Amino acid sequence: MTGRKRYARLVGYALLAVGTVLYLGPFLIQVANSLKTDPDAASHPLSLIPDPLSLVAWGKAFGFDTALDVPLVRWIVNSFVVTLSVTVGRLVIDSMAGYALARLRFPGRRAVTAGVLAVMAVPGVVLLIPKFLVLKQLGMFDSYSGMILPLLCDAVGIMLMKTAFEQVPAELEDAARIDGAGVLRTFAEVMVPLARPSLITVGILSFQGSWNELTHFLVATSDPKYQTLTLGIAQLTAGPLQGAQQFPLKLALATLSTIPVAVVYVVFQRHFVRNQVSSGIK
Amino acid sequence: MVALQTRRAAPPVHRRRRSPDTVRQRRAGVLFSAPAVLVILLFLVAPMLMALWVSLLHWDGQSNPFSGSARFVGGANYSELLGHDGLLRRDFATSVRNTLYYVLLDVPLVTVLSFGLALVVNQRILRGRGFFRTVFYFPSITSSVAIGVTFLFLFQGGGAVNAILSLVGVQGPSWFTDSRGLVQIVLAGTGLVDPGHLPGWLAAQGMGLSVWDWLAGPSVAMCAIIALTVWSSSGTFMLFFLSGLQNIPVQVEEAALVDGASTWQRFRGVTLPLMRRSTVLVVTLALIGSWQVFDQVYVMSQGSPGKTTLTPAYLSYTTSFGDGNFGGGAAIAFVLFAIIVLFTAVQRWFGRERS
Repeated sequence: MTGRKRYARLVGYALLAVGTVLYLGPFLIQVANSLKTDPDAASHPLSLIPDPLSLVAWGKAFGFDTALDVPLVRWIVNSFVVTLSVTVGRLVIDSMAGYALARLRFPGRRAVTAGVLAVMAVPGVVLLIPKFLVLKQLGMFDSYSGMILPLLCDAVGIMLMKTAFEQVPAELEDAARIDGAGVLRTFAEVMVPLARPSLITVGILSFQGSWNELTHFLVATSDPKYQTLTLGIAQLTAGPLQGAQQFPLKLALATLSTIPVAVVYVVFQRHFVRNQVSSGIK
Repeated sequence: MVALQTRRAAPPVHRRRRSPDTVRQRRAGVLFSAPAVLVILLFLVAPMLMALWVSLLHWDGQSNPFSGSARFVGGANYSELLGHDGLLRRDFATSVRNTLYYVLLDVPLVTVLSFGLALVVNQRILRGRGFFRTVFYFPSITSSVAIGVTFLFLFQGGGAVNAILSLVGVQGPSWFTDSRGLVQIVLAGTGLVDPGHLPGWLAAQGMGLSVWDWLAGPSVAMCAIIALTVWSSSGTFMLFFLSGLQNIPVQVEEAALVDGASTWQRFRGVTLPLMRRSTVLVVTLALIGSWQVFDQVYVMSQGSPGKTTLTPAYLSYTTSFGDGNFGGGAAIAFVLFAIIVLFTAVQRWFGRERS
C-alpha cells in the first residue's frame, strides 16, 4: 500500500512538473525574449537567457524610438482611466441592483431578475456591431463615456451581489431598521460592509475584464488617442508590426500589459478562485 | 456548481407587513435597480433592436440608418449569407466550417485536460496544491491579446515550438502560412486524393464550398489558435471541475474504498457519474466560447492563411468595418446568435439528466 502510494505521489508530482513548465513556460519565454535583440530572438526563441542582454525593445516600448510611434503613456493612462471607472461604476451599480433584487419588494422585481438572467445568455461578440450602432446614434462614438458606459452592463456582477445580500441574516437588517435607519443607510452602513468579499470579487472581475477588453474598444473608437494598452498592442500587432517584425518589442508590450492583472491576481488570489466558479452559474 | 447555487438560493421572504415601510421599499427598490436597468436597456436591448433593423437595410455605416436614407432590403442580407452564391456566402460558409473543426478539437481537448488538472490538484496526498492551482489558472486571467502575441512568437516558422519539434526529429510546419487543412494534407500526402484532379463527389458544391473544402480539416494555423485557447481556458474550467470534485461527499468515496474498488473502478463508477453536472457545464461554456473566437484571430492571423482561421465573429467585424457592409455584418451577428442558441439547446438536450 505504501509502495503504491509513493508511486502515485511520484506520478502526481511528475505530472505537475510537466504542467508547470507548459503553463508558465510561455510567460518566461515572453519576458526572456523581450530582453533580446531582434536577431537573437529570431535565432534562439527557446533560450531563456538573452545573449546579449538588450533593453532596446523596452526602450522602444517606452517611446525612445522616433521611427515607430508607441504612445505608451497615453495607452496606459487610457487603460487605467477606463478600467478604474468601469470598476467603480460596476461596484456601485451591481451592489445597488443586487440589494434591490435580494431584499427590496418593489413592482417589477421579478421582471428585472428575469431580464438580468436573460442578459447573461447573450454572447458578447453578437453585440459588436449593435454597440457601434447605438454609440454612433447617441453621439458617443470616440469618447470615454462610450468606452466606459456600455461596459457597466454586468449581469454576472448583479447576480453575485444579489446572492451575497441574500445570505446576510434578515435580523441584522431588521435591527438597523428598528434603530430608525432608512433604506439608504441600512444599505450603506449595514449591508455593504457585510458583503465585502463579494464586492472584492466583483471589483477584481471588473478590473481584469476591462483591462483585457479588446472588442468593445475596437468598435467604440477609431481615434488613436483613445487607444488602451490592450487595443494599442492589438492594432500594432495586426497592423504596422504584422508578421515576424520586432518580436522583442511586441513581447515587451505584452509583458507590460500582463503586469497589472498579475499583481491583482497575486494579491487577491483567494477571491479569484472563488469568483470564477460563482460567475459560471449561467 | 448547481449544488452551490441551490444551497444559497433560499429567498428571504420573512418580512412582516409594514405599510409605510412598504412604500419606502417600493420607491427604494425602483431607484436602486434603475441604473442597472437603464444601462441594460441602453447598451444591450436598444443595440440589439437597432442591429435587427440594420440587418434589414443596405447601410454603409455613414448616414443615419433611421432617417430612411438607407435602402430597406428586407431579408436580402440574410439570403446573401445563406442563399445566393457569392463571396459573402462563401466566406460565411468557410467561417462556419472553420469553427466546426475548432469545436471538434477544442471542446473535447479542453474538457479532458481541465478535468485531468482538477483531478491532480485535488489529490490530498500532493503538497503545494494551492501553488499549482495558481499556476494553471494564471493564463486564464491574462489578456488574450498579450497571449496571442506570445503564441504568435512561439509558433513562428523558426519559433520555439518548431525548435522543440526538431529536437524529436520532426520538421515543424510554417504555422501561419500553410493554408491546407490537416485532412487534406493527410489525404494528399498518402496519395489517396490528387488535389489537382478531384473525383466528382469531392468537387461537388455545398454553400459555395466543395466537399473537398468542407472536409479539409483545420489548418495548422487554426491548430495553433486552438492550442492557445485550450491552454488559456483550461485553468478556468479546472476550477469548475474542482468545485464539482469537492462537492462529492467523502462518505461516497470511502464506501467505494471499503468495497475494495480499485482507483480506476472508483473513478469510473463513482467520480465520473457524480461529475456529470460539472462536465455538462464545462462543455456548454466551451462550446459557446468556441463560436465567439475573435481576439486571437484579430491579433494572430486576421483570418489568413487562405481564410482558414476566419471565424463568424471576425467576419462580422470585417464585413462591417472593413467592407462598409453593416447590414451584412449585423445579419452575420444574428445568424451567429441563432447558431449558438441552437448548439446550446442540442447540447443541453444530450446532457440532460435522465431519471
